[in-house]
Amino acid sequence: MNTTNLIPLYAEVFLLIATSAILLIDMFLAEGKRAITYMLTLATLVGAAFFSFADYTAGSTVYAFSNMFISDPMGNLLKLFSYLTMAMTLVYARQYSTDRGMLGGNLGGEFYVLALFSLLGQMVMISANNFLTIYLGLELMSLSLYALVALRRDDARATEAAMKYFILGALASGFLLYGMSMLYGATGTLDITGVAAKIGSGTVNPTILTFGLVFVVAGLAFKLGAVPFHMWVPDVYQGAPTGVTLLLGGAPKLATFAICVRLLVEGMRPAAGDWQQMLMILAVLSLAIGNLTAIAQTNLKRMLAYSTIAQMGFVLLGLMAGVVGHDTTKGAAAYSSAMYYAITYVLTTVGSFGLIMVLARQGFEAEEINDFKGLSKRSPAYALLMSVLMFSLAGVPPMMGFAAKFAVLQSVLATGAVWLTVFAVMFSLVGAFYYIRIVKVMWFDEPADSTPLVVSSDKGIVLALNGLAVVVLGMIPGPLLNACMAAMQKTLVT
Amino acid sequence: MQSTINTLPPYLSLSIWVPIVFGLIVLAIGRDTRAGMVRVLSLVGALVSLVPTIPLMTQFDKAAHGMQFVEKAAWIERFNIFYSLGIDGLSMWFIPLTAFITVIVVISAWEVITERVAQYMGAFLILSGLMIGVFAAMDGLLFYFFFEATLIPMYIIIGVWGGANRIYAAFKFFLYTFFGSLLTLVAIIYLYNKSGSFDILAWHKLPLTMGEQVAIFFAFFMAFAVKVPMFPVHTWLPDVHVEAPTGGSAVLAAIMLKLGAYGFLRFSLPIVPDASHKLAPMVIVLSLIAVIYIGLVALVQKDMKKLVAYSSIAHMGFVTLGFFMFNDMAVQGGIVQMVSHGFISGAMFLCIGVLYDRMHSRQIADYGGVVNKMPKFAALFILFSMANCGLPATSGFVGEFMVILGAVQFNFVTGILAATALIFGAAYSLWMAKRVIFGAITNKHVEELTDVNNREFLMLGILAIAVLVMGLYPAPFTDVMQVSVADLLAHAAQSKLPVVAP
Repeated sequence: MNTTNLIPLYAEVFLLIATSAILLIDMFLAEGKRAITYMLTLATLVGAAFFSFADYTAGSTVYAFSNMFISDPMGNLLKLFSYLTMAMTLVYARQYSTDRGMLGGNLGGEFYVLALFSLLGQMVMISANNFLTIYLGLELMSLSLYALVALRRDDARATEAAMKYFILGALASGFLLYGMSMLYGATGTLDITGVAAKIGSGTVNPTILTFGLVFVVAGLAFKLGAVPFHMWVPDVYQGAPTGVTLLLGGAPKLATFAICVRLLVEGMRPAAGDWQQMLMILAVLSLAIGNLTAIAQTNLKRMLAYSTIAQMGFVLLGLMAGVVGHDTTKGAAAYSSAMYYAITYVLTTVGSFGLIMVLARQGFEAEEINDFKGLSKRSPAYALLMSVLMFSLAGVPPMMGFAAKFAVLQSVLATGAVWLTVFAVMFSLVGAFYYIRIVKVMWFDEPADSTPLVVSSDKGIVLALNGLAVVVLGMIPGPLLNACMAAMQKTLVT
Repeated sequence: MQSTINTLPPYLSLSIWVPIVFGLIVLAIGRDTRAGMVRVLSLVGALVSLVPTIPLMTQFDKAAHGMQFVEKAAWIERFNIFYSLGIDGLSMWFIPLTAFITVIVVISAWEVITERVAQYMGAFLILSGLMIGVFAAMDGLLFYFFFEATLIPMYIIIGVWGGANRIYAAFKFFLYTFFGSLLTLVAIIYLYNKSGSFDILAWHKLPLTMGEQVAIFFAFFMAFAVKVPMFPVHTWLPDVHVEAPTGGSAVLAAIMLKLGAYGFLRFSLPIVPDASHKLAPMVIVLSLIAVIYIGLVALVQKDMKKLVAYSSIAHMGFVTLGFFMFNDMAVQGGIVQMVSHGFISGAMFLCIGVLYDRMHSRQIADYGGVVNKMPKFAALFILFSMANCGLPATSGFVGEFMVILGAVQFNFVTGILAATALIFGAAYSLWMAKRVIFGAITNKHVEELTDVNNREFLMLGILAIAVLVMGLYPAPFTDVMQVSVADLLAHAAQSKLPVVAP
């Protein structure tokens, strides 16, 4: 083992250096030249993507820092999507954040720098192969996000959301850390590969193991926003400025998915019988409560928050379905369907929040469902785009959401859980109701507000590509499904 | 990548994708300031889309067994899903029928739709391609893909251009159909997990226990029965028909309801034959209820569209009745009835549309004596009403007669009960015609009516010819399906229960 091998970390190292450089450069920029920070941030993401892509195409699994850090196809694929999500988020949020004093002025380019630091945290989480690395990444991400939510410090709602997010986030981290310490006590190691080997040997005290496991699962459920640990999600999504909502509802979900896989699948597969049950309960509750509560919402951001909870239920279903005997192919099929679902969810959600920011303008948030009334008359193109995203979330073909739901349902049914599958599809039906209500508002109602939409060309193009991707990846889901499958197989074998 | 295309050019793919591409172009260029151009382009699109369906009729081999015009290419390899198309005698007629009805719908909307013309036309063109896809798909997931995707344009059509209560109707339509098809999705995935393939023909050979068969039968039944619609899940149809725009009603009645009935033929009967036989009495009873009870309900309707909607349910009851009696005559009769009902119900809704455009009322009581002002229209309306009640020499007679003959073979009482439908059909159709067309003019608005213009005469005239041709010379329609129906019944007669060692 080569402990000084830094090659697998090039993406992280590059991002750290670039972010620090951007922080410095931004201090010396005149107000009119703030666009340079924006360009540099996007260039940084492209640079990081270059390194991760190189690692991804190499397709090998490499460890660094005494096994604390892992670079494998699953991690690199998730990182690539994290960069993409982050880049889209920043493009969508630029005008919106500038209008609200979160960008430029006294704050300079801190929005970008904090976003990049949270991304660095996500990358560390994705690549973690040790409890401490996971925690390090999680805290780096969370601290940046707390600051981002609070960036609009004169806004009462944003401050409240920041407070809630901070306290509950800290609690969740505490849960996770406590669980990890228990696992350390039970297994005597922090190394994920080591933990798996130790549990597999059957010499671990089952009481301590299960005790630790419960806390780890609870911490993860907090971060994913699964019921009953979901209380923070609606309040924070609604209270945070929309641009920041996207920063914490988009890419972080991929990183959280990654640590779920690292901790549960890689670290505790021998104890799967225990966590499988917990995930099932979390998934069932999330699907039911998320979907039912979303119906009652009038605020679009809050509705999307509840819809997130329900969508995470599907991700958990996929994760749960992976343990069928010792069949790694079926296991990989299930985990890869969950991964595909997470990617689908993120691409779709980013687009929908992006559209909320298209409609928002100075002094107007456009976050009520009624603000979308008659959008098809104001702008048929954006109404069509939003419809595509909503039908995708509802899981109607030919959108991407259908392929994702199909993949997850296939794995769940493969475990023989017919009732669980029927339960999941019935709650998709409930979900369809509130998604098509958005379509209804946009197409069937008369506009209440006919202010023309002003959209910068970069944002317009990225949004169009976003919508196109949701349709095209829905019609041709094969390549991405295969990529997820190959990555997961690699993960399960090592 | 493995791919086979038996015909060059690939007619089925063209039939599906040409209208969709035209629909997208219309959507992309369309603004209401350019409505004229949009209309012409849509008509061109609909006509061009009709072209690739013609060789499907002329080059179809009536004597061949199995699928024709087969196309197959890998689509989602991870799940062994293929882009697999093919038609046989069961599905062949529906593809030209769909393309044809789309042309009529485009013509019917010409002057009527003045707002968001491009979106209206685009939605119908895309819908047309998707529905053809349902009839042509030979891969379970591809079928589901098209089946579900049809919901999106129809939802928009009802909601945007519908009547006063359109939002309720659009939601009811979407959620009812989505509910049924989600259970079908579970069944499809189950069959995949069991067989490792999404090929419908492979599922036909898959052995299944009775418990599995019954569960799968009900999962399919939920989707198809809602779509047909069968009693007691028919309640969405009258609401939706009343609120939908004329074109929407015509497509819904003429084609969309057939997707469900077609599903029974392609999925239920051959994949779960034992359960189909076992549960046939249930389906037959439900169908008879539809035929008799819904016929009576139609009689008392005050709204013309609602009356025709209920009559559609009764006629579709005939179709499902025919399918579940498992004899050649009845199944063929059911398919003929589907095609014929496509022409007749489409025409009835277009007729009501013609009246509605002039009077803005669908209430029967508001009319009376229309013949005095609209003689040409009255002649056509009476023809379609006669066809609707199954008068010999119209297409309506052929299907109903065959189903009744089949029913008598199956069971005399069933035959008698089915035959009562002819009486009810005559009662509600002719009574409506009497109240709307004949009598003295009592409403001063009827006084101001003008007869059909050339466009309306053209669209109704073409349909009238179709109805008469099919009624006088049904052989081309029945010849095509004979082999396929015989194969289907032979297949459905074989038990698929796994052989248990004694």
